[in-house]
Amino acid sequence: MSNEAVLHGNVGVGHSHDAHADHGHGHHHETFITKYVFSQDHKMIGKQFLITGMVWAILGGLMSVLFRLQLGYPDSSFPWLEDILGKWAKGGHISAEAYYALVTTHGTVLVFFVLTAGLSGTFSNFLIPLQVGARDMASPLMNMLSYWFFFMASVVMLSSLFVETGPFSGGWTAYPPLSALGDASDGSKTGMDLWLVAMALFVVSQLLAGLNYIATILNMRTKGMSMTRLPLTIWALFFTAVLGVLSFPVLFSGFILLIFDRNFGTSFYLSDIFIASVGALPNEGGSAILYQHLFWFLGHPEVYIILLPAMGMASEIISTNARKPIFGYMAMVGSLFAIVVLGFLVWAHHMFVTGLNPFLGSIFVLMTLLIAVPSAIKVFNWLTTLWRGNIRFTPGMLFAIGFVSLFISGGLTGIWLGNSALDIHLHDTYFVIAHFHIVMGVASMFGMFAGVYHWFPKMYGRYMNHTLAYTHFWLTLIGAYLIFWPMHYEGLAGMPRRYYDYGNWESFKQFLELNRFISTVVIIVFCVQLLFLFNFFYSIFKGRKVTTLNPWGSNTLEWTTPIRPGHGNWPGEIPEVHRWAYDYGKDGQDFIPQTTPVGDNESHH
Amino acid sequence: MYMENTVSTERKRIHPHKFTLWVAMGSIVMMFAGLTSAYIVKRNQSNWLEFGLPAVFWYSTAVIIISSVTMHLAVKAFKAKEMARYRKLITLTAGLGLLFAGLQFIGFSALHKNGVQLFGIGSNPSASFLGIITGLHVLHVLGGVVALIVSFARAFRVRTRSYAATPVEVVATYWHFVDILWIYLFIFFNWIG
Ligand code: HEM
Ligand SMILES: [Cu+2]
Repeated sequence: MSNEAVLHGNVGVGHSHDAHADHGHGHHHETFITKYVFSQDHKMIGKQFLITGMVWAILGGLMSVLFRLQLGYPDSSFPWLEDILGKWAKGGHISAEAYYALVTTHGTVLVFFVLTAGLSGTFSNFLIPLQVGARDMASPLMNMLSYWFFFMASVVMLSSLFVETGPFSGGWTAYPPLSALGDASDGSKTGMDLWLVAMALFVVSQLLAGLNYIATILNMRTKGMSMTRLPLTIWALFFTAVLGVLSFPVLFSGFILLIFDRNFGTSFYLSDIFIASVGALPNEGGSAILYQHLFWFLGHPEVYIILLPAMGMASEIISTNARKPIFGYMAMVGSLFAIVVLGFLVWAHHMFVTGLNPFLGSIFVLMTLLIAVPSAIKVFNWLTTLWRGNIRFTPGMLFAIGFVSLFISGGLTGIWLGNSALDIHLHDTYFVIAHFHIVMGVASMFGMFAGVYHWFPKMYGRYMNHTLAYTHFWLTLIGAYLIFWPMHYEGLAGMPRRYYDYGNWESFKQFLELNRFISTVVIIVFCVQLLFLFNFFYSIFKGRKVTTLNPWGSNTLEWTTPIRPGHGNWPGEIPEVHRWAYDYGKDGQDFIPQTTPVGDNESHH
Repeated sequence: MYMENTVSTERKRIHPHKFTLWVAMGSIVMMFAGLTSAYIVKRNQSNWLEFGLPAVFWYSTAVIIISSVTMHLAVKAFKAKEMARYRKLITLTAGLGLLFAGLQFIGFSALHKNGVQLFGIGSNPSASFLGIITGLHVLHVLGGVVALIVSFARAFRVRTRSYAATPVEVVATYWHFVDILWIYLFIFFNWIG
């Protein structure tokens, strides 16, 4: 592979985007279908990912409200539940099967469809060509296909909610034997088949997307846009794509083996199994742990696939709104790189209690704790960028700062879990739930909100309402901490995750009130998100119009395009880049866009 | 801030399609690396059936190596604008690809005759692994055959005939890739795994 292209500080693009210059002009005769449905314009595809992701976020969020009702009010009945869920909530009481199906679908959908496709799908598509100075992606067709594969995956996953035996219910990690044996539970029947088909389509979508993002970033940069002048958003999206391209195929191979175990009588994951209704199974010689290795080899990089885009956007938004250069640009890039490399070497920290060889475990402890180093570097740099900055508290900025706060809180508990000895106690408790919801779930959601508020003017040529945005921010931040902070205590007390009812467990009765409290906050926070949705869709049509090209006084290239850029982004030539993206407050100037040539008497830093 | 005024526009860059192919090959490598690592992990556990590979796999290995040579010659012919020779050579390459796939299946049935069951109840993971890994590889070869057929059709479109070598080189690179991938798998099954 061309390392030259990868690592070079000074690469010009010359001819490579000429091939796409024809996109720049015209397209006057776009029909509704080519413009809004089968669009090959990266900006439209980004919006498609965003809105599909929002639909899934609502559905997935609603599922969590439903199963939190069960946890908070295990003894109450809600007749309206029977109206919407039918046989899954007989007598207004969510059944155990429905509870597990809801938890599983919530996890799968939020991790893959919302925080992977909805997050990196949206912002890679929207920002990469705009910020590197390209007319579109390296392959607009592949880009369109990646969305439509995601769409098909969505349709299949959605349809699994409506089958007779219900959607898959064995957890988002789909461990065998539950996932491999249709006889094991209702959810393991058709629901699991559909789950696998949807996930296979999803992997294809991610591979098509990732190939394209990488090719675009490395090959389509405008003149002067050397790798070291890239905004940190692009670096983060680049590493995200690299992670995806290298780890999703491994998940895919795990799925292939699973499909053969399910449908073709092989025994990769199965051995010595007895099912009450069926009797002893003939499968022999398999190992369920094998699946865990293959799954977590993707699974851990996957959490960084979710996190890195948020990190990149937070860096960009914090620097812009602190009116200061990002602190330690190269350290930011280097720590992203370190996270990518280490991210591939720590998967077994999810498997400390599977009977993993303790010696091997200690190596994974070391690798896991090492990740804290680049993570800490990033936190330090964000804080130093904020330090004595001229901070403008725009909604995007607030969410970016909230992201940093959440990343710190959740990262610290990661260090607890990374110790295999502590993990014996903490594994599969609510402590883990608290850890990953704060550090991944809510933090990346905050990165996504930051990105939406910050780039909304570029997406739709209008502003979102700030009062609603501030309300949204404060209630969500406080709510998120109120929901997940107490779960640490439950986990420390040993309360296991994935239980339908803790009622006949004397030691956890003390948490009944706490669970009720958490569930109540969940309902409130869910409603607050509707505020965001309202703001989003209302502002698309009725928001205050953007009247200047560069409303945030930002240095990056997307703000040199027209307020509503057409397909091709720049009506004339693509601008040339002369400097990095973070010349804020330099030589007494508030900001110096990347397109401004370096003056003779400009200082260096 | 970094290296102002040193940006060159003349630098030779890899074509985006070739580049995309390289990344895609990295991705495919990861899939097979995942499978062969799983194979090793599983082999070190109990209940592992040991068996030798039938001799056919040697023939198929020879066939796919020869097909790489013909592919290489085809690209040379294309660059020398000898289109008739080019078409003959890629047809030959595609034919060898199909022959390879056929030989692999003969290999499977030879195993079956020896009582090694690949799939279904009673199959041992060691045989199932062989079946799945080899089968996936054959699918990749067949994908290459489809690409060759497309190139073949292209060479006939007189109007738009173009001598740009990139598409042909992309197909050739992929073809050599699946060849090397098989050699790796062959060595793996015979001596490593
Ligand atoms: C200092 C950094 C971190 C360390 C040391 C760490 C460590 C761990 C460990 C050891 C576990 C397994 C706990 C168990 O199941 O017993 C875990 C779970 C998890 N972590 Fe982290 N983590 C860190 C950061 C992150 C980040 C940044 C993310 C996501 C962006 C993340 C996402 C997750 C998820 C999703 C799970 C649970 C998956 C599941 O079992 O369903 N972690 N973490
Ligand atoms: Cu992990």
